[in-house]
Amino acid sequence: MSKRIYITGIGIISSIGNNVPEVLSSLKDCKSGIGEITLFPTLHKGLLPMAEVKLSHNQLTALAEKERAEHYTRTTLLGMVAAKEALRSAGIDHVNDRRTGLLSATTVGGMDRSEVFYQEFVQNPDKGRLRDIVNHDCGDSTERIATELGVRHLVSTISTACSSSANTIMFGADLIRFGKADRMIVGGTDSVTRFTLNGFNTLMILDKRGCHPFDEHRAGLTLGEAAAYLVLESEDIVEKEGKQPLAELTGYGNANDAYHQTASSLDGTGAFLAMSKALKMSNLKSSDIDYINVHGTGTENNDLSEGVALERIFDPVPLFSSTKSYTGHTLGAAGAVEAVIAILSIQNRMIFPNLLWSTPMKELKIKPVTEILTDQNIRHVLSNSFGFGGNNSTVILSKLT
Amino acid sequence: MGCISPQPTLDNQSFLEETVSVESNRLKAIDPNYKEFVPPEMVRRMGRIIKMGVATAKTSLADAGCQIPDAIITGTGLGCIEDTEKFLGNMIKNNEEFLTPTAFIQSTHNTVSAQIALLTKCHGYNFTYVHRGFSFESAILDSILQIENDRASTILLGAVDELTSNSFQIQSRLGYWNRKPTESLDLFEKPQNGTIAGEGAAFFLLDEKKNPNTYAVLQDVEMLFRPGSASEVAAQIRLFLERNELTEGDIDLLLLGRNGDIRFDPIYQEVTAELFPDVPSCGFKHLCGEYMTASSFGVWLASRILKEQTVPAVLRVTVQPKSLNNILLYNHYQGINHSFILLSQP
Repeated sequence: MSKRIYITGIGIISSIGNNVPEVLSSLKDCKSGIGEITLFPTLHKGLLPMAEVKLSHNQLTALAEKERAEHYTRTTLLGMVAAKEALRSAGIDHVNDRRTGLLSATTVGGMDRSEVFYQEFVQNPDKGRLRDIVNHDCGDSTERIATELGVRHLVSTISTACSSSANTIMFGADLIRFGKADRMIVGGTDSVTRFTLNGFNTLMILDKRGCHPFDEHRAGLTLGEAAAYLVLESEDIVEKEGKQPLAELTGYGNANDAYHQTASSLDGTGAFLAMSKALKMSNLKSSDIDYINVHGTGTENNDLSEGVALERIFDPVPLFSSTKSYTGHTLGAAGAVEAVIAILSIQNRMIFPNLLWSTPMKELKIKPVTEILTDQNIRHVLSNSFGFGGNNSTVILSKLT
Repeated sequence: MGCISPQPTLDNQSFLEETVSVESNRLKAIDPNYKEFVPPEMVRRMGRIIKMGVATAKTSLADAGCQIPDAIITGTGLGCIEDTEKFLGNMIKNNEEFLTPTAFIQSTHNTVSAQIALLTKCHGYNFTYVHRGFSFESAILDSILQIENDRASTILLGAVDELTSNSFQIQSRLGYWNRKPTESLDLFEKPQNGTIAGEGAAFFLLDEKKNPNTYAVLQDVEMLFRPGSASEVAAQIRLFLERNELTEGDIDLLLLGRNGDIRFDPIYQEVTAELFPDVPSCGFKHLCGEYMTASSFGVWLASRILKEQTVPAVLRVTVQPKSLNNILLYNHYQGINHSFILLSQP
């Protein structure tokens, strides 16, 4: 049983950069990826902002080093780009020299193509190009990414709404810890679609100005798209190969709020339980946490519930921020995106701020970091990811000791 | 356990003495009166797949005498496809106007697990796996790891998939289903290019301790992604059995996921011929149809067989097993997701 789980590689593509160096540069420059909708025609264009990866389907196909763009969904292509970067970053040339698995998260799967298929299908069930629907299910993107990477061992997909990719980190770590794999590529990918845009819009939780989490005048979230993956490796491999990991995964916790299908409880029960479990596993005291990358979607309900849970666990609450003000809410990818950002925080001794923040929430005593902080000794970062269905997840990433 | 399938399986009493056969390429699960399982104010709005999940989850909790499990772990291949189709269709037909949130909310893949957590007030570990023919298998693997490593004592494990007219139509166009419908019970007698579509929900309450009501021991699971050949599958089954300190001769019954599709069935015969030439075997998809989590029906079946110590006649087993201690379930989804599940008598 491997006692320690290390992160040896990271990869990301999001609205603030197509790879880790670009994302880091945007984070340092406080440059948000939120802007106007350009990727698809929609009634909401010009009215609601979004955080898009500014690459057309063809450009993204080229970046993923693939041809025949029409055979890939945007979700798959984003995932391929980030997963390949993660493997390169971990210095892995041959995935099958160890028992290597892939766990990927997604909430929309191939919806970007299903929408195209359905345009014709709703008129006539014999119409619509089948190649636009065969990639609909969530497993499709994972299998294509696995095939691209050559992964044969364990391949699976998790979908627990906005906590999905945080859960791939947990299950991936468990598979290594309990001897089912030596190395796991974990993370998630989600593209923006009309389906999710309209879905969240019916809930009236999309902020017309772009999200400003933990602000008294917050008015909702902003959708984004991204993919991010981490390479988790066992202590054994790291020692045998003399690898220099990027960080250690020291704790994680998963709980269910069991309160409401889409709303979080007022006392933050699920969030409290997830954070408590993660702290317990890591053997850390709440005062050991130097920075919290909050879920912080910018909806009235999430930020209040999460804020209450933070105040219940921490006294005082450590420095915290929501980097969704940079990347938008990337749904199934969010947990992995924010885990990558947490690692960049540790490596660069920086805390990246909540952008667009102006007014403290009246119900809370706490307020987020609103300007970039440098020269911070960040030993442990706690990162939260919460989703519909009360799925609450927390991971703790630590500086190497 | 709790199982909703195209057969009368929810009562946990009768055991396939009476079965349903249809002359069609589509087997529909038998809906119980959901008002017995779901609060009345929720019955109408709740998607059918969610109701199937909740009804089978509640049945298994009641069957096991468990109020709140420590964890809920589920698998679903396509998730809440009816609500997904509904929201997508309305969005396109109404050009993004006049949309209501219910279908969108329920379209999320983890809705079944979430609703069960909500209705049972279960704050524990809650996961949903959504990977084709590995959806239920991943949930099993996670469940076994959680129990073996003392993270949980009781787990509600389950799988659910629904078949809608649209998904059936699309999969027909993709060539999944039989063009010439035959009696479903005769699925294996007249193999074609295609099979019959199915659906269902099965939930299991796993407990680290055995009790007099225990059906079976869920020993182990293995998933094999895109194996190159039947001999690779056979080699992996050998390793799988070895890991469980068993040999081929210890398997009393082989449950095979064959579905009558001549494009995908030969590998079952090849693996059986190589490893288990004399082991009694039978298929089960003539009862439940093909769907991404059909192996969950297989696990329900294996568990009942182990408890009742009898193989129902409708399974048309090759030879009557001499004993029923170990059952190996070998299934694959479209030749890509192969899985082995081992169950034993408690």
